[in-house]
Amino acid sequence: MKVFVNGEPREVTETTLAGLVTELDLPVARIAIELNRDVVRRSDWGGTMLKDEDRIEIVHFVGGG
Amino acid sequence: MSTAATAASSKDKLIIAGREFSSRLIIGTGKYRSYEEMRSAHEASGAEMVTVAVRRVPLDRSTESFLDYLSPSLQILPNTAGCYTAEDAVRTARLAREALQTDLVKLEVIGDQTTLFPDNEQTLEAARILVKEGFVVLPYFNDDLIMAKKLLDAGCAAIMPLAAPIGSGLGIQNPANLRIMREQLPDATMIVDAGVGTASDAAIAMELGADGVLMNTAIAEAEDPAKMATAMKLAIEAGRLAYSAGRMARRLYASASSPLSGVIK
Repeated sequence: MKVFVNGEPREVTETTLAGLVTELDLPVARIAIELNRDVVRRSDWGGTMLKDEDRIEIVHFVGGG
Repeated sequence: MSTAATAASSKDKLIIAGREFSSRLIIGTGKYRSYEEMRSAHEASGAEMVTVAVRRVPLDRSTESFLDYLSPSLQILPNTAGCYTAEDAVRTARLAREALQTDLVKLEVIGDQTTLFPDNEQTLEAARILVKEGFVVLPYFNDDLIMAKKLLDAGCAAIMPLAAPIGSGLGIQNPANLRIMREQLPDATMIVDAGVGTASDAAIAMELGADGVLMNTAIAEAEDPAKMATAMKLAIEAGRLAYSAGRMARRLYASASSPLSGVIK
């Protein structure tokens, strides 16, 4: 299935958001995720199924003013 | 205890939505030459709240978590820097809240790339949405009294007018507007956000009646950030004291300090 992660198309085999985070090897405690413009709470990642053409934004924190 | 001394006592706190801060200095986390330099500047500043930005996580490489370089005692204030629409700012604020478990947000909706001046209209729109969603909204905005009133009516916890363009270090370019805002909105928490270049600028902001100052570049781009952070801390304390002491009236001509009579002939 093809999804868009941070604007880039990506073929994924994982079927849930939690699976995708694991596949991408991301620091779970320090990120937040938006699926098709809605925030998905961390506790819901496991139960959130991915589908073709989903648009996912994964953010973290950087220095800023 | 004199009024001036009271200002420096434990009772004189910066209060934002019922939360008390002993330091009136809020500082950024951007532009430092190293995380170590940032950390020593944070310690020297005495600041209790620091801003951070929200960005897409890089997927092609592992990143060390920037947040690990912040003292756990610091209150993190996520910003919506880089957003040009109310919608993007709202999305960014929601993401920050989810990751950081804080309802505080420095709302920043930019209107122009060269000046980084805020889009007041979009800022107000975003503020209304975020307040409804339970955020404690601290909006960066142009130094406009009417907009300040609208932001407060919308439920913002503070107003954060700029003093000069972000990162410019030009100092307080709008003392009259800041003073008018202070006088017309005596109960509002007013934090001067952006424009400070050196310690005297921070002191001036406080002497004009600001409740606090938010700065980043002035410290991060100083040759010695930790030393500048100390200078800022002292300037803010001095400016606050001067404001609460009540300065003398300005007069155009001299007024002798020594008695005019009794001079030897």
